[in-house]
Amino acid sequence: MKLTYREAMRDAMREAMHKDPRVFLMGEDVGAYGGCYAVSKGLMAELGPERIRDTPLSESGFVGAGIGAALIGMRPIVEVMTVNFSLLALDQIVNNAATLRHMSGGQLSVPLVVRMATGAGRQLAAQHSHSLEGWYAHVPGIKVVAPATVADARWMLWTALEDPDPVVIFEHVGLYNRAEEIPEGGGPVDITRAAVRRAGKDVTLVTYGGSLHKSLEAAEVLAGQGVACEVIDLRSLRPLDLATIIGSVERTRRAVVVDEGWRTGSLAAEIMASIAERAFWSLDAPLARVCTAEVPIPYPKHLEDAALPQVAGIVEAVRQVVAHG
Amino acid sequence: VKDLGRDDGLRLLQEMVRIRRFEERCGELYQQEKIRGFLHLYIGQEAIAVGVMDALLPEDDVLATYREHGHALARGLDMGEVMAEMYGKMQGSSRGRGGSMHIFDVDKRFFGGNAIVGGHLPLAVGMGLAHAMRGERAVTVCFFGEGAMAEGEFHEAMNLAALWRCPVIFACENNLYAMGTALGRSEAQTTLIAKAPGYNVPAISVDGMDLLAVRRAAKAAVQAVREGGGPFLLELKTYRFRAHSMFDAQLYREKSEVEAWKEKDPIPRYFAELKAAGHADDEVLAAIEEAVQREVEAAVAFAEAGSWEPVTDLLRFVTTEPGDAEVA
Repeated sequence: MKLTYREAMRDAMREAMHKDPRVFLMGEDVGAYGGCYAVSKGLMAELGPERIRDTPLSESGFVGAGIGAALIGMRPIVEVMTVNFSLLALDQIVNNAATLRHMSGGQLSVPLVVRMATGAGRQLAAQHSHSLEGWYAHVPGIKVVAPATVADARWMLWTALEDPDPVVIFEHVGLYNRAEEIPEGGGPVDITRAAVRRAGKDVTLVTYGGSLHKSLEAAEVLAGQGVACEVIDLRSLRPLDLATIIGSVERTRRAVVVDEGWRTGSLAAEIMASIAERAFWSLDAPLARVCTAEVPIPYPKHLEDAALPQVAGIVEAVRQVVAHG
Repeated sequence: VKDLGRDDGLRLLQEMVRIRRFEERCGELYQQEKIRGFLHLYIGQEAIAVGVMDALLPEDDVLATYREHGHALARGLDMGEVMAEMYGKMQGSSRGRGGSMHIFDVDKRFFGGNAIVGGHLPLAVGMGLAHAMRGERAVTVCFFGEGAMAEGEFHEAMNLAALWRCPVIFACENNLYAMGTALGRSEAQTTLIAKAPGYNVPAISVDGMDLLAVRRAAKAAVQAVREGGGPFLLELKTYRFRAHSMFDAQLYREKSEVEAWKEKDPIPRYFAELKAAGHADDEVLAAIEEAVQREVEAAVAFAEAGSWEPVTDLLRFVTTEPGDAEVA
């Protein structure tokens, strides 16, 4: 079955709502408009305005309402248009969703799913293009996932809805039109395990979300040059599947992290530190990373391209790492 | 007082005295360093928690602020567990993880103890939305201070609750100071209920030092909301007699102002009403005081005898553990 990433997310939501009366979707323009990125197109006509609930422009208000509904037994899916807008709801996510279980001594749970678009590449400039996954991954009490393939887009929501704790799903805007063949039937994705998307013996590429496909492309280029890359798709950004990463690095003895977040204080930094802590003596070369340049995302295409991790940059970083020793 | 009857009348008096004496004891325990962190006393505002809570049913939800000891006790939480929470002991209502500002009890549908000003208002909307979507008759009451009205979340929550006709009562305790900032120095519109028509929300303003007026207004609001009328804003005008927290030198208000408000103390005022109705006399009050003192001392003893959570459990309650139940 060939689906786009967008259709996969939509099918996942439709299925969840048919399966479980507690599930509903709310967010800005998810109903009558069909979703800013058309993910929920057609769902309101099928499921009604109660369950495909348009909200006013009140990120803090409706994310908080999702938390409240989740606290007493509903299974809300809250869509936030972009990660940049989610900052208006950061208080709710960090101060409430992530803390209520703990502050109440384990009495409460917040089975909430927050979906948001992330990332650059569509010339949307500095208030619609950022990658702040690493901020969310910093916070204990929430889980953070980034489906990078159509199959994961189709099946990861199920996992998220089954989770009794808040899960934030990051959907890279560059992926929505991506079409892939996926097998019929399926079930919840095991988000506790990172996926090895390409096996290789020379160097480990650790990545997630929109950067996965650039990394795979780079791996293909490098294969032509005699360098065999192992490409790991993290899938879950919190918690991290360090066992898979470390296991791979112990075999390849080299690692490059590809992360669309800014370099400073990035998820890439956390992964590199973890590798250094756990696999230092296995390394044959310094760790490397390819991140976004330290600049708000610019509008013109040539500057946006220059700011983001690109295939050529990944290839170059890998070649330098491989050149060591 | 007359239609309340003697038993209910005295019960409400005892509820207010319980809160007052409990908190006075907390203040002492803070000086003795038994209670640490922030401690925000509710003294002076007791009529509100007691009056509103008396209008609710067990299936209703209550959310409160970080000044919530009074609400917790009035909602029926065990005084010993609340005190143990102040101590940070495992026997506390939140196993000690929350402290004074984060008291929770799902059996009583008491959802905190929320210490981000305004942050719990959207939660109340969501709880109301859940009740509405499931066709339940429960209402959600959300207490907050007038300081929260300056937060965007107040305005977002009012709009959402009205738009979706959520059964939520926004109970604003206007004690005139947002921490140390006087109402007139933080709000352009100091007639607080004037904000409600902008959201199509009915609102009334009540003397929060008058227990019976609070109870009457709360019952009317609860009935309107329970019958599907959408949200309601109650403004309860009150005053906190003590400092904002234990670190507050109260440079922002005159002693004479505090003294003038103490003349309106809700407890003696209500006691006088009971007396006039023939429901109480000094002997009855003394008996109540004695019973409350016993309860408070038992709570202190319970907290003292409590145990500290082992450090090996540090990482618990971050995510769900096997066997955890869910609230419906």
